[in-house]
Amino acid sequence: MSRLPARLFLALALALAVGLALGVAPYASSSPDGLERVARDKGFAELGRSHVQADAPLPGYAFPHIGNERVATGLAGFAGTLGVFALGYGFAWTLSRRAARRTPAERAGASA
Amino acid sequence: MQTFETPVRYVHMTTLAFTSELPLALHIPDGFLDGDVAALAAIVALGAVSYSLRIAERDLDEARVPLLGVLAAFIFAVQMLNFPVAGGTSGHLLGATLAAVLLGPWLACLVLTVVLTAQAFMFADGGITALGANVLNMGVLGALMTGGLVAPAVRALPRTRGVYLALVGVASWLAVMAAALATSLQLAASGTVPLDSVLPAMLGVHALIGIGEAGITVAAVSAVLASRPDLVALGPADRREVALAAGPHGTA
Repeated sequence: MSRLPARLFLALALALAVGLALGVAPYASSSPDGLERVARDKGFAELGRSHVQADAPLPGYAFPHIGNERVATGLAGFAGTLGVFALGYGFAWTLSRRAARRTPAERAGASA
Repeated sequence: MQTFETPVRYVHMTTLAFTSELPLALHIPDGFLDGDVAALAAIVALGAVSYSLRIAERDLDEARVPLLGVLAAFIFAVQMLNFPVAGGTSGHLLGATLAAVLLGPWLACLVLTVVLTAQAFMFADGGITALGANVLNMGVLGALMTGGLVAPAVRALPRTRGVYLALVGVASWLAVMAAALATSLQLAASGTVPLDSVLPAMLGVHALIGIGEAGITVAAVSAVLASRPDLVALGPADRREVALAAGPHGTA
């Protein structure tokens, strides 16, 4: 079978994700999406606006202090995708270390 | 002075206008849910996430760690790609079905929790107080529904690629509809909007968004099946047997 090596497959998938966030996300639809549309139509959108978290580093997927909206979105997507990768990888690695430390008897007991 | 002040104020105003139109999709912001509803949703979400953590701490193989990281990054990136649906509205992938098909329902709950938590804290997409509801609606419900539907159906239905991918598409659409239903119920229970008003509107628009979800999920799963079928946890039965015969995490 001409399967891709696992590392190459994962590297390509990560590159695709970063490329989409950096290069395509700036051109994504900026129309209000499902919940936002319904919130506006039914008149409860304002409830959400008074609670925007100004503390978040990149609110609204835009890098601050960058005039060009597409560049600001692309950079936020780039940083976010790599950040989420690191977060997910680190989290999963910690869990897998705990799993590896279990003895076979503990595993059998836990699954019973 | 006047000539400098005007453009500066203009830039400031457009920034405010931009941030007020957060890409919510189904991400509930702070302020939409009342405290009781948000707390109840958070307790249910926490229960599912705790159980997922126990499963992962018991048998998460080190070979699956990179896939979990890449999948979280991929779902985050594709969630930024809002596609237009009818009437000046957009939608984007949720990814619960994709994650559940590739990693199984419990690890999928963890992947979506990572994505939604990062979105809430880094990007103010989805409220901090609504994080439990968002994890429940967009992660747990879709992942468990996909697990409950795809795993038994794969055993019962004809073992062809077409049937399998159709099943993945149906599960994707249903996951979006379940998320829209749960969100509507939470909004109505919070007294934000009457159920008979919000439910048809939410289900109507998400029936269209769900078609996009199904298309993206089927494309992604078929790409993985073509290149690394062993990475599909809830794969078509015949391929799973091949993968098992070659070892659970064959790197050949």
